[in-house]
Amino acid sequence: MKRRDLIIIGAGPAGLSAAIEAAQYGLDVVVYDENALPGGQLFKQIHKFFGSKEHRARERGFRIGQQLLEEAGRAGVEVVLGAQVIGLYDGLIVQVVRGDRIERVRANAVVIATGASENMVPFPGWTLPGVIGAGAAQTMANLHGVRPGNDLLMVGCGNVGVVVAYQMLQAGCRVQAMIDASRAIGGYGVHAAKVARTGVPFFLGHTILQAEGDGKVESATIAQVDERWQPVPGTEKTFAVDTICLAVGLTPATQLSRMAGCTMVNLPGLGGLVPATAQNGATSVPGLYVAGDAGGIEEASSAMIRGRLAGLAAARRQGFADSQAAESRGQELHESLDRLRGGPFGERIRAAEELMHKALEKEAACQTA
Amino acid sequence: MSDCLKTNGYLLMEDLANAPGVPSAERRKQGPVAIFECIQEIPCNPCEQACDKDAVRVGSKITDRPELNAENCSGCGKCVSACPGQAVFIVDESKGDEAYVTLPYEFLPLPDKGEIVLALDRSGSVLGEARIVRSRLLDSMDRTAQVTMAVPLEWSMQARFFKRKEA
Repeated sequence: MKRRDLIIIGAGPAGLSAAIEAAQYGLDVVVYDENALPGGQLFKQIHKFFGSKEHRARERGFRIGQQLLEEAGRAGVEVVLGAQVIGLYDGLIVQVVRGDRIERVRANAVVIATGASENMVPFPGWTLPGVIGAGAAQTMANLHGVRPGNDLLMVGCGNVGVVVAYQMLQAGCRVQAMIDASRAIGGYGVHAAKVARTGVPFFLGHTILQAEGDGKVESATIAQVDERWQPVPGTEKTFAVDTICLAVGLTPATQLSRMAGCTMVNLPGLGGLVPATAQNGATSVPGLYVAGDAGGIEEASSAMIRGRLAGLAAARRQGFADSQAAESRGQELHESLDRLRGGPFGERIRAAEELMHKALEKEAACQTA
Repeated sequence: MSDCLKTNGYLLMEDLANAPGVPSAERRKQGPVAIFECIQEIPCNPCEQACDKDAVRVGSKITDRPELNAENCSGCGKCVSACPGQAVFIVDESKGDEAYVTLPYEFLPLPDKGEIVLALDRSGSVLGEARIVRSRLLDSMDRTAQVTMAVPLEWSMQARFFKRKEA
């Protein structure tokens, strides 16, 4: 069986950042990605990022993707595409499908950076053609130049909902309405404002009742919800739309971390079941790290820092990084992450991190008892 | 503070009354000046990094809101294209009975100079006709163009977008 210093699963912002960081310390790094193209979600993100210069603020996501790929190339990272990891044994033996072969490779450390999948919400008519994830709409428009539809309803007003709605307007769609069951827009006000000033109405405290149409979506009916999230009769509104985009949250991809036997915790603030991790992404399985959305839903800017933290930790574990320099580098990365997680929008993550910390303490107490 | 931003996606004038990034009426009359319609604490400071006149400060805590030093601001618009939230506008109320409003614009094609468009307020409601004064797109703007439109003076703090008339 071949051996590698570090195997990274997923070539998105977290995986590529982990690879670049570790390769800088001299590790032999391979990144597997099941897709034909690297970059994860970055290449469909045509908007400018937030944060500060250190977080590549005001750069558009797809350019950041290009930069990461170039950096990875310069650092000597091997990126293998069309490579689907289907197994993780003892945390460090990676089973990967490449073409018509299955290979097993042993690693000294592994970073799971498999990202997340979009949540769906079922309603009568939700299987009609025309009901798509917001991410799918982004892929169609921004990667393939295909307009998903002409008249669109966006379900969900978190950052994904408001950002993608704006991109659909840029693609030439008419966004008929933005709805969310919550009473308040979850995304950044500035993102919502870009959509609102084009004349798109927002309906907060509303849910989708059903999609109607003969063989495809032709209209959608929404209604207000009461404080128990139940539709209020008599408040129905119907919109003539051919596309319903769902932007109702993401769920971390945890198949591999569960298979590897990581201690898992259920933290709704992070998107549900996630592996319990230390601050550097180390799971309960020695040598196995997790970074980016696979360890809890956040955003690409923080995924890049979390990737770097995991890459650094993998390098330190194998004795590649001088402990004092690595210590201050780790400190620098943590501070950078804290700057992104400040303010009211970071509250969700900070609270979940706190719960994660408590869960780890409890776990440790149980093991010594 | 109204709930309008959280429930409808747009700010009301009262929300901007005490925002640190809004210039005084007096300053607006003197000539072009930036308005930062950015009132939530989000981790973001490209406006500060784009400005070479020290006219906007976020500070070391990047979730703090941008604070305008209107005396230093020349209305050059570097912050307009730098803002990832497209929340910065340039207003010039020194033009007599018209105001010039410059806004970030990421749609193609860009409007032509002299074109008559419909000015929209923050909610997307039509205010009335406006005239395009200029469309600017430099490489440094990274695809966030700046469109300047002339509107009646009384709309200077309302007009924030436009739609083109049906051809």
